[in-house]
Amino acid sequence: MTTIPLKLPFKINLSRPVNPTGIWDWITTTDHKKIGVLYGVTAFLMFITGGIEALLIRTQLAGPEMKIIAPEVYNQLFTMHATTMIFLGVMPLSAAFFNYIIPLQIGARDVAFPRLNAFSYWTFLFGALIMKSSWFLGGSPNAGWFGYAPITTTTFNAGHGIDFWVVGLQVLGVASLAASFNFIVTIINMRAPGMSFMRLPLFTWMTFITAILLVLAFPVITVALIELMLDRTFDFNFFNTSAGANPLLWQHLFWIFGHPEVYILILPAMGIVSEILPTFSKKPIFGYAAMVLAAAFIAFMGWLVWSHHMFTTGLGPIANSVFTITTMLIAVPTGVKMFNWIGTMWGGNIEFNTPTLFSVGFLSMFLIGGISGVMHSFSASDYQQQDTYFIVAHLHYVLFGGAIFGIFGGIYYWFPKITGRMYDEKMGKLNFWLMFIGQNLTFFPMHFIGMQGMPRRIFTYDANMGWAFWNGVETFSAYVIAFGVLFFMINMLKSWGNGPKAGDDPWDGRTLEWSISSPPPVYNFLDVPKVEALDDFWVKKQKGITKIKSKTKPKDIHLPQASYWPMLVALGLTIAAYGIIYNLVVCGLGIAMVLITVCAWSFEPVNEPDAH
Amino acid sequence: MKKIISLSIVFLLIVSCGKDLPMSTFDTYGPIAEEQAFIFSIIFWAGMVVLVAVEAAIIYVYFKYRRRKNSNRKAAQFHGNTKLEILWTILPVVFLAIVSVPALSAIWNFATMPENPAVVVNVKGHQYWFEFQYPDLHVVTANELHIPVGKQVLINLDSNNVLHSFWIPKIAGKTDIIPNQTNQMWIQADHTGLYYGQCAEFCGESHALMRFRVIVDTDEDFAAWIDHQKTEAYVPNDPLEKEGYTIFMSPKAGCGGCHMIHGSKKAKGRIGPNLTHVGSRQHLAAGIMENTQDNLRQWIKDPGKIKPGNIMASQGAVYMDPNKALTDSEVIALASYLQSLK
Amino acid sequence: MSDETTTGLNSRKILMWVFLGSDCMFFASLIGTYLIYKGMGASHPGPSDVFDIPTTSVSTFVLLMSSMSMVFAYAYLVRDNIKAFRIWMVSTIIMGATFLGFQIFEFSEFYFHDHLSPQTNLFGTTFYALTGTHGIHVTIGVVWLGIIFYSSLFRNSVSSKTNLDLDLAALYWHFVDIVWIVIFAVVYLFGTFRGFPS
Ligand code: HEA
Ligand code: HEA
Ligand code: HEC
Ligand code: CUA
Ligand SMILES: [Cu+2]
Repeated sequence: MTTIPLKLPFKINLSRPVNPTGIWDWITTTDHKKIGVLYGVTAFLMFITGGIEALLIRTQLAGPEMKIIAPEVYNQLFTMHATTMIFLGVMPLSAAFFNYIIPLQIGARDVAFPRLNAFSYWTFLFGALIMKSSWFLGGSPNAGWFGYAPITTTTFNAGHGIDFWVVGLQVLGVASLAASFNFIVTIINMRAPGMSFMRLPLFTWMTFITAILLVLAFPVITVALIELMLDRTFDFNFFNTSAGANPLLWQHLFWIFGHPEVYILILPAMGIVSEILPTFSKKPIFGYAAMVLAAAFIAFMGWLVWSHHMFTTGLGPIANSVFTITTMLIAVPTGVKMFNWIGTMWGGNIEFNTPTLFSVGFLSMFLIGGISGVMHSFSASDYQQQDTYFIVAHLHYVLFGGAIFGIFGGIYYWFPKITGRMYDEKMGKLNFWLMFIGQNLTFFPMHFIGMQGMPRRIFTYDANMGWAFWNGVETFSAYVIAFGVLFFMINMLKSWGNGPKAGDDPWDGRTLEWSISSPPPVYNFLDVPKVEALDDFWVKKQKGITKIKSKTKPKDIHLPQASYWPMLVALGLTIAAYGIIYNLVVCGLGIAMVLITVCAWSFEPVNEPDAH
Repeated sequence: MKKIISLSIVFLLIVSCGKDLPMSTFDTYGPIAEEQAFIFSIIFWAGMVVLVAVEAAIIYVYFKYRRRKNSNRKAAQFHGNTKLEILWTILPVVFLAIVSVPALSAIWNFATMPENPAVVVNVKGHQYWFEFQYPDLHVVTANELHIPVGKQVLINLDSNNVLHSFWIPKIAGKTDIIPNQTNQMWIQADHTGLYYGQCAEFCGESHALMRFRVIVDTDEDFAAWIDHQKTEAYVPNDPLEKEGYTIFMSPKAGCGGCHMIHGSKKAKGRIGPNLTHVGSRQHLAAGIMENTQDNLRQWIKDPGKIKPGNIMASQGAVYMDPNKALTDSEVIALASYLQSLK
Repeated sequence: MSDETTTGLNSRKILMWVFLGSDCMFFASLIGTYLIYKGMGASHPGPSDVFDIPTTSVSTFVLLMSSMSMVFAYAYLVRDNIKAFRIWMVSTIIMGATFLGFQIFEFSEFYFHDHLSPQTNLFGTTFYALTGTHGIHVTIGVVWLGIIFYSSLFRNSVSSKTNLDLDLAALYWHFVDIVWIVIFAVVYLFGTFRGFPS
């Protein structure tokens, strides 16, 4: 960290918190590992709330013409379910791994900007609370997770629900952007000596690509959200159809963001799987360079396919043909990844445990979702599938069978590193099989009822449609998934404190995080490692080089100090956000708070070498 | 796992064969739905080939190379295989190139509008019902679309509120209805009969209940239907129906402010469906229930209960103001009047 | 932690570049919106009714020149010529503020004289949103440069060794400047020239 030369012309005491304990420790921490844990726990709780929303949806759909949930509430449920799962569940769960694992994998003592990192977390937490508080403040957003205009404008949606969605997503966007800036810089600039780009572990690579996608995609949705906010709060005309606005503007902006977003959701999971499979096959990853290139190609192609969500909006045959072709092409680099994973397992000596179960589950489920994706890409036949449960099936295969399976695998895989304890393998396997069976029985029949014409986003359906049987099966199986998740929670809670000691390198790992103790010390590496190969730790182990005695003393290592400001800036943003919903004066106060706290942040004294 | 997957495939096959369900996209009755089902079958079978092959490979390697107890087999150490990698990059490209040929040509088939359509229909999407205007035939109706069998029908889609989508699974895939942008599609049905339609774009609280029906007539039936629709509304003689008529036209009930009854001077509203011949429709309130006395009464009594959030309930004076609420006898009279409007 | 970085570049500088990349997408989306809505909705008051190209050309020129003076300020700082640095800083700030002054004048002219508000029509909506966002960027830049200048006055703490702060501010300033050139071309020039389809 460079020194900040600017000084205030007046004296003010901006001392840093020194060795805070208890809750203050968590509030002021700038340690990437603690922030990672905070991210993970918060996001998991959000995943549970999103899951409960899903269970309510499923309960209402269990049979035809059920009246358990009112239509308006149902609409809020599926909107919040998707928004929660995507923005408060999968994305921050991935961010939890970025935080915890990336510095360890690249041999760094922390991220490039530790305070910015804390700020990302607090902004995420408050954004999530803004979003979720809508349930208690007069109703949640109700226009679906892509909130197509003009049903989101005040003309058709006068309540505050959409306002919560608009400001909540903007606050969450700030959190994601800040985190991504940080990770891009960290990966470019904090790598240990010798850790060249082509020696980066694949999870780090996927994070890097994800962060770049995020940095480029989020501004687009931010603009769309700002436009909607200006419409709703100040009567601008962006989506005012009576002033001649074109509702497709929203759809274009949303999906230019939205399609890269789905790769933002899946690439980290792919990265996790690319760590788990080589480790447990006891083999190097198959085709490392191809894996990196394929991901880069996916990320690039992700920008050229957005209109495949708009095949039925009348863009014309030329656009539909072009987007059909570009969309199909994404199957090619994804296929390369799929085949390389299989190649990685080929000839290996694969351990049959929870992380590999989840990884192989990921491969087999993501494959189904990927293939139904290619089916959608045929715009001619997508006219029949768009906005039916066939789409719902596709998106859950890639998101639940894909992203969530990958993330669960990752949690099991790194659990011993993070806690120093071993999870319960039996319960882990039970968790997997319940989730695997539940997921297939919940989402596979959606293909059938989708092709039999069941539209999505309907709170009820007629008995004579013939959809009742499968819907009943789906609802039942959703509860099977819930039981699976329940076993996961029990396993985590039980093993965190009481599991058997795991040791530093329980999996005979390949990457640098396994070379340090479990849980890692605050400073991560006593000596910054010198990297000489891909899978350096593994290569060194093969050569018999294990621990080197270090001369560095832990107390000589300068660590980023705790700070109050990241949390306070995030709080200011939150006040401003609520202000936009309720009262512009409050919004002004919130912005003032942001400005003041940002100044305090930048004038905060930096690490004094001997301030301990 | 293998079992589950092969079972699933069998299931999918079963479903694509059993096609008698009211909205099944496999059970096609027109050239467009047929072509769409055909395109889908191409990519479906192509996808199945890939799915089965790759899924089998995944499961095979996982089981074949799993670690066995008491075996000290070493994992092979290799980093890749360039030839293989090039192969499995090129193969999917070739594969996709082949299957995309029919898919792309189909896009152009749907997009080319017929030059001489037998009928032109302007479809207007409303929050939560469909209006059908036959501009050349000077007919306006709602929720039940009549078309002649075996003829090309041109549909113009428009909305002055939110997005909707026009979808008749057995006849044609959907096209969105977008304010400030008139979309077009064409349909053709090759068998007479009744088909289900549904709004397929989320449009608000009762989106699920925004349905419609398509009635495919023989040429003669269609011509007769048009002639009938052009006639003015029936003026009742029966005392009960007459009473209903009076209430309907009265400013107190205010029905005429939103509904059109052709031939009447008082009922000229355009907010709600045209009711000139409402009694001749088979279904009520955008196809959510049969057109019976009882259903009609329930609807008039409390439309908001049947279709939450609909404009009749939220803006009709008799439903907003408890003092103006219709009495049971008024409801009965109204219902019998409306049913007489054959 | 050590000051050494993998690339040898300062992390804050990379951060700035990444941020600018992100900001590019932000402006691209806003400009895209403007272009999509160009000529749609109620046509009056439209671009050719309100724009006064000569005036805006002057303010554009001023902003361009501020970039040049920024370059000088940086060059003198690197040579530790603080006095010259301050002069060029002040001139940059003044030119930035002048640009903002022009914009305020322009907005009030459009608003009061031409009756163009963001609520009037799609042109008003997209025009104010786009140029207003740019104006906010310039304002932040002016304040940022002001803070650097201010601290250089009192503490003498700005020197060639710590030129990174100015470096970052300068990067930002040039970026904002380039964005304006695009906006000026797309919104003002294309909006009024006859040859362009409106
Ligand atoms: C993690 C998220 C994720 C991922 C990774 C994907 C991946 C893909 N998606 Fe999906 N998609 C969503 C999330 C995702 N999607 C969501 C959330 C929606 C719904 C949004 C909404 O409306 O709410 C959606 C909707 C959606 C649509 C719009 C449907 C509609 O509304 O009409 C389309 C259309 O083309 C599509 C296509 C694809 C394709 C082609 C891929 C490809 O990337 C898949 C590629 C992978 C494979 C193909 C498998 C492996 C490859 C091989 C083994 C090689 C050999 C294969 C072949 C030759 C076929 N998706
Ligand atoms: C990452 C993304 C993600 C994930 C993980 C999920 C997970 C699930 N989804 Fe979701 N879903 C979406 C993203 C996701 N979904 C999106 C984008 C949409 C489109 C929305 C739109 O149209 O706008 C959607 C829409 C959607 C619909 C369609 C709604 C409609 O169109 O009307 C349905 C219906 O069944 C559904 C069901 C489920 C179920 C059963 C799960 C399950 O897998 C959930 C499993 C989790 C749990 C079950 C939690 C476990 C809880 C406990 C262990 C606690 C137990 C406590 C109690 C029971 C009190 N989802
Ligand atoms: C504020 C406008 C409004 C008023 C007043 C109003 N309606 Fe309606 N009406 C509607 C709308 C809108 C619909 C369509 C509802 C839907 O299906 O979503 C409708 C539907 C109907 C239908 C079903 C039509 C069909 O095609 O299936 C009937 C019958 C009906 N109204 C009768 C009445 C009667 C009787 C009154 C007077 C007591 C009345 N309406 C007053 C707006 C109104
Ligand atoms: Cu109309 Cu949904
Ligand atoms: Cu997509």
